[in-house]
Amino acid sequence: MISIQVNGEQRDVEIDGDTPLLWVLRDVLAMTGTKFGCGIAQCGACTVHIDGVPTRSCRLPVSQVGDRAVTTIEGVGATSAGRRIQKAWLDLEVIQCGYCQSGQIMAASALLATNPSPDDADIDAAMSGNICRCGTYVRIREGIKQAARHG
Amino acid sequence: MAESVLSRRHFLGSGVAVGAALVLGVDLKTADIAAATPTVRAAFAPDAFIRIASDGKARLIMPQTEMGQGIYTALSMLIAEELDLPLDGVTLEAAPANDKLYGNPIFQVQATGGSTSMRGYWLPLRKVGASARAMLVAAAARRWRVAPESCRTEAGAVIHDASGRTLGYGMLAASAMLEKPPAEPKLKEPADFRLIGRSHHRLDTPDKANGVVQYGIDAMPPGVRFASLACSPVLGGRVARVDELQAKSLPGVKQIVVLEDMVAVVGDTSWAAMRALAALDIIWNDGPLAAVSTETIRADLHAAANTEGHVAVDTGARAKLSGDGVISAAYELPLLAHAPMEPMNCTVHLTPGHCEVWVGTQAITMAQRAAAEEAGLTPEQVTVHNHLIGGGFGRRLEVDGVRKAVRIARHVDGPVKVIWSREEDIGKAPYRSVYGAWLEAKLDNGKPVAWSHKVVGPAVIGRWLPPAYDGKIDIDAVDGAAETPYDFPASYVEWVRHEPRGVNTAFWRGVGPNMNVFATESFIDRVAHEAGADPLAFRRSIIGKLPRARAVLDLAATKAGWGDPLPTRSGRGISLQYAFGSFLCTIAEVSVADDGAVTVTRLTTAVDCGTPVNPDGIVSQIQGGMIFGLSAALHGEITLVGGRTQQSNFHDYRVVRMDETPRIDVHVVTNAEAPGGIGEPGTVSVQGAVANAIYAATGVQLTRMPIDTALLAKDRRA
Ligand code: FES
Ligand code: FES
Repeated sequence: MISIQVNGEQRDVEIDGDTPLLWVLRDVLAMTGTKFGCGIAQCGACTVHIDGVPTRSCRLPVSQVGDRAVTTIEGVGATSAGRRIQKAWLDLEVIQCGYCQSGQIMAASALLATNPSPDDADIDAAMSGNICRCGTYVRIREGIKQAARHG
Repeated sequence: MAESVLSRRHFLGSGVAVGAALVLGVDLKTADIAAATPTVRAAFAPDAFIRIASDGKARLIMPQTEMGQGIYTALSMLIAEELDLPLDGVTLEAAPANDKLYGNPIFQVQATGGSTSMRGYWLPLRKVGASARAMLVAAAARRWRVAPESCRTEAGAVIHDASGRTLGYGMLAASAMLEKPPAEPKLKEPADFRLIGRSHHRLDTPDKANGVVQYGIDAMPPGVRFASLACSPVLGGRVARVDELQAKSLPGVKQIVVLEDMVAVVGDTSWAAMRALAALDIIWNDGPLAAVSTETIRADLHAAANTEGHVAVDTGARAKLSGDGVISAAYELPLLAHAPMEPMNCTVHLTPGHCEVWVGTQAITMAQRAAAEEAGLTPEQVTVHNHLIGGGFGRRLEVDGVRKAVRIARHVDGPVKVIWSREEDIGKAPYRSVYGAWLEAKLDNGKPVAWSHKVVGPAVIGRWLPPAYDGKIDIDAVDGAAETPYDFPASYVEWVRHEPRGVNTAFWRGVGPNMNVFATESFIDRVAHEAGADPLAFRRSIIGKLPRARAVLDLAATKAGWGDPLPTRSGRGISLQYAFGSFLCTIAEVSVADDGAVTVTRLTTAVDCGTPVNPDGIVSQIQGGMIFGLSAALHGEITLVGGRTQQSNFHDYRVVRMDETPRIDVHVVTNAEAPGGIGEPGTVSVQGAVANAIYAATGVQLTRMPIDTALLAKDRRA
């Protein structure tokens, strides 16, 4: 039995400890907001926060989460940065198909939480690990800047 | 039967139990869609397009699939506009799988692709809205005993100003059903549009910002198990032998399914299945296609160019293409994977006499038929729950994934969710085909007096939609070549059908025009170069019959600062196109490092897609479409060795990321022309614009994508 804290709730799961957090969230806890895109830490679709740090959940064995706090797209709206990013995303209509956007929003809100006014180079550094096949990058950049202004 | 799983609660509404309703449909099968007239349908008729019930809302039966392009919003706007409803007065219900009733007016099958949705539904849906409005007005006028002309509509109500009376649509719906639909519903004049032409927030995005939306991959029917699959790495290969011993003993493994041409593992989680699949020792019988490689595919393409094709245009160019001043060049595009962010997936539950499918598909009826065939059932015994799509790009017009999932499900007790690993998705998918183009032009006094363009490529329409293919010309294969923006005194356009050996091909965002516009626009620059002319001035001198093409060219040139000085080894390049019913010009700005590395610094686009229904949505589609095209130009190529794809995931099948994204400026022309397509034009415009910018920066014209930086290194030029 493994116990993890997700969005403030303690969850017990009966699972092989090698299972990446991504699949525990999706297949065991049915929290499908966190997405599978590549499985090898190349696309960022599976990004969650572990104690606030953006982390690729597809490569994190659930046994290594320990007592650190997991925040997912379903819970990030409860944080100030997450709320501002989500609002900017809708104001600017960043989202197209949306499949990558859970990961984008998690990466962007982690950036904003640690850097209240990121410049273009900061955004490149923080966001280039997140692929969007629909090509929403221009608006993601704008969205982060708008969310920062409305801090 | 089929239904759709939509994310927004308001899409689902309150079911059909909202009392008597005004129900209207329109026959999309008529030869002349512009002349089709909406008619009343029985309450709850399956072939309706709208139902207005006692809550006053218009329930739109949405025939098209939302895959990020914003079509839910744009089509809803058409109904809301003609009905004088606010946009939130329209609720959506996905159309059931039924080609006869909900076939896309352009394809005649229920499919979303080819940038056809707005082109197909612009008139039919507006007419449905206009007819409903006229009938609601007639019902109110009858009740008030006034002339219908003395009434007006606003915000979901009929108003009689002279007497100060108002009735909401909900109060009128039942009696409106008794009115005769107008023989010729009067559409609004563009000057009267309240919604069309103004940017509106999208209906589908709020639930995509908080993880609530459910894609096919998120389907969780009770008791679902998870499967991962490995198909033969060589097309047509067969499983020879599988050593299951090690995999079987891994935790979470439920079942190993070995079929003729694929192996699947079913587990408690997708990861358990993937891990066990990787641990399986599978020996394949590759079959004859193991001899296929990128080299054989390219050699075959070039050989095909030496054969006669079908003639699409012949205005006497051939005789003129001799003597001095004849210029020729050849261009080529590689195989590409689609790699949508949502990996291919399909969930299936087979029970005796019934098959339930959860998937995100661009072609619901094809998915239904494919499942039925594999399950040995009739289409009516298959329920397809269609989902919002996490990226289509043409990949989800194919139903190979549904077939495979059903074949696996036949061996599994209970529902099974089959997810492709990214390696399976990139390594085995049907691909965008290779294409080649051979062009010739004759210059006389600095003007091209004859132009010939031979296209070599597959008949994707011929395979995917046989009725639309006459066996001679595949309309997609010559789109953007047969009709260019230019006035050539004599033209010859020919197409050689060539299906690459050893790969299945599929539509890919931008389809035929990707090749044709890249080739045409590259060659125009080449010919301009030979003529000693500026690429902008040269284009302007040969545009006459299409003033809209000239307008986007001039607008893009002005906005991009054409002619403004640039540093050395930097350049601007133009790509102008008329395809999908839209005019578009992109000007790329690049800088090329001494080692040949290319940085695209800016893309400026002017687009005239006719009436811009939701302008911000158009900008968004162009921005995203151009990034998709830029990925192809900078990085995109699938290569084969021994019949096997060499790329497997995003580290070796690279796509553009944030740090490679240039500044993008999109300028939308406003006019009252019928809307053109917008999902694909942006993608099409990038390769030519970037290649021409590189040509301007370095003097080297690249004739094949993706960019080969080795050809651009400084010392190489000397
Ligand atoms: S799924 Fe984890 S980074 Fe792609
Ligand atoms: S919005 Fe579709 S992949 Fe990013």
